[in-house]
Amino acid sequence: MNVPGDRRYSKEHEWVVAHDDGTATVGVSDFAQQQLGDVVFVELPQVGAAVSQFGQMGEIESVKAVSDLFSPVSGEVVEVNRGAVDRPELVNSDPYDGGWLIKVRLSDAGELDNLMSAEAYDSLTSTS
Amino acid sequence: MTSTPLKQTPLHASHVESGARMVPFAGWDMPVQYAGILSEANAVRAASGLFDVSHMGRFIVEGPHARELLNWTHTSDISEAMPIGRARYGLFCNEDGGIIDDGIVYRLADDRFLAIANAANAATVYAWFEQWRSRRLPATHLRDITRDVAMLALQGPRALDTIEQLSEFDRSAVRPFRIAECTIEGRWAWVARTGYTGEDGVEIMPRSEDALYVWQLLLEQGVTPCGLGARDTLRLEAGLPLHGNDIGPDTNPLEARLARFVALEGEAFCGSEALQRIAEEGPPRRLVGMRTIERGALPRQHSPIMAEGERVGEVTSGGYSPTLDTNIALGYVPARLAALGLRLHIEVRGKSIEAETVALPFYTRSA
Repeated sequence: MNVPGDRRYSKEHEWVVAHDDGTATVGVSDFAQQQLGDVVFVELPQVGAAVSQFGQMGEIESVKAVSDLFSPVSGEVVEVNRGAVDRPELVNSDPYDGGWLIKVRLSDAGELDNLMSAEAYDSLTSTS
Repeated sequence: MTSTPLKQTPLHASHVESGARMVPFAGWDMPVQYAGILSEANAVRAASGLFDVSHMGRFIVEGPHARELLNWTHTSDISEAMPIGRARYGLFCNEDGGIIDDGIVYRLADDRFLAIANAANAATVYAWFEQWRSRRLPATHLRDITRDVAMLALQGPRALDTIEQLSEFDRSAVRPFRIAECTIEGRWAWVARTGYTGEDGVEIMPRSEDALYVWQLLLEQGVTPCGLGARDTLRLEAGLPLHGNDIGPDTNPLEARLARFVALEGEAFCGSEALQRIAEEGPPRRLVGMRTIERGALPRQHSPIMAEGERVGEVTSGGYSPTLDTNIALGYVPARLAALGLRLHIEVRGKSIEAETVALPFYTRSA
């Protein structure tokens, strides 16, 4: 399983990588996309919407099942990946880069401490 | 509910070993996918795929009353004149015309038939046969051979090339809806020109002890292993009903658009009187095909169908069609709404999704 070390992870299998300008990019992990199977629909919040840490932010649907998406951080949505909305298969093929979901202006960078390191997430997903 | 151990097909260990994702299905532990549902479905449309469908019920019905028993319990015309080697798709109906199951009956000899039932209904269909045997047609012998022979569906535009390379199978002799005995590298099998994907292909029934050999031999030819997920996607694209979703004891073949598999003109069969009445009056509701105008949340079983603000029915099967790159669904609506090109809405988790009624099947292979 691919778990890049440059970001943090939630128990709900979202990742977040914080940038120097106070924003952070959010997506789902390689483990999540494998568990979901072929992703065919992604519903994301609008730009300007507020998301809260561990609150529902959208839906992700595969051929066989629907799952809620939970934001790993709180803040305001400043960008949505239209590419992933138009081509949901990007979430499967490139979950950590081209298949990112939203960009958030963080309201509390301290929340990142509530998330797992890559090592912790890797051990969580390799035992489950 | 107490959990009974799941049944395993002769290929179970091979599925697990090759990393297929296994799910419980109708009491069996079955592969839902290998590499992925969409890539498997695409392989079947573009080349060929191989499915383990050994979970389906296989029954030999033989004896002087065998033909009559099947003609009575199956809606197709299983007359004296039905040639040996022919197959007929049809429904097993109750007295009210409700659908107990759907399946194919193959004539193997004058008084010897093979009947296939869905895994979830296999015991029910067997009991139904046994009830009519003991009540009316005692000179019939029933044998459940589900465990004795396996069933592998080889489907797709390249399927016939592959089976012809490996056996004496000849597509000009074994035309669609026919069955023949073949030898695949020394292993006996029935090979039937039938399937559930909308593609040409065969269903191969080797002895259970030869199933793994035949499975691996076919994969060595470059055939893509597929799971039940792709099978469901492909059958929906081909507009083929799934018992338990689109048809069941509370639906009849006429409203399900299966009238061509109901021989109302032939000899009486169980349910024929009720179906005759429904045919004369016209069924009040009809199964329709729908496609969504835009991609979005997927219509699923039980999603409400809305017209002019009213709930007029519900989706019986729905999902994403990789071949058409759109979302498609089947569902029942009042007969007055069963017209092509009609705009409807499908409600999915509070969202209203615009759809239109379209001709079935959604997908037809090019000749």
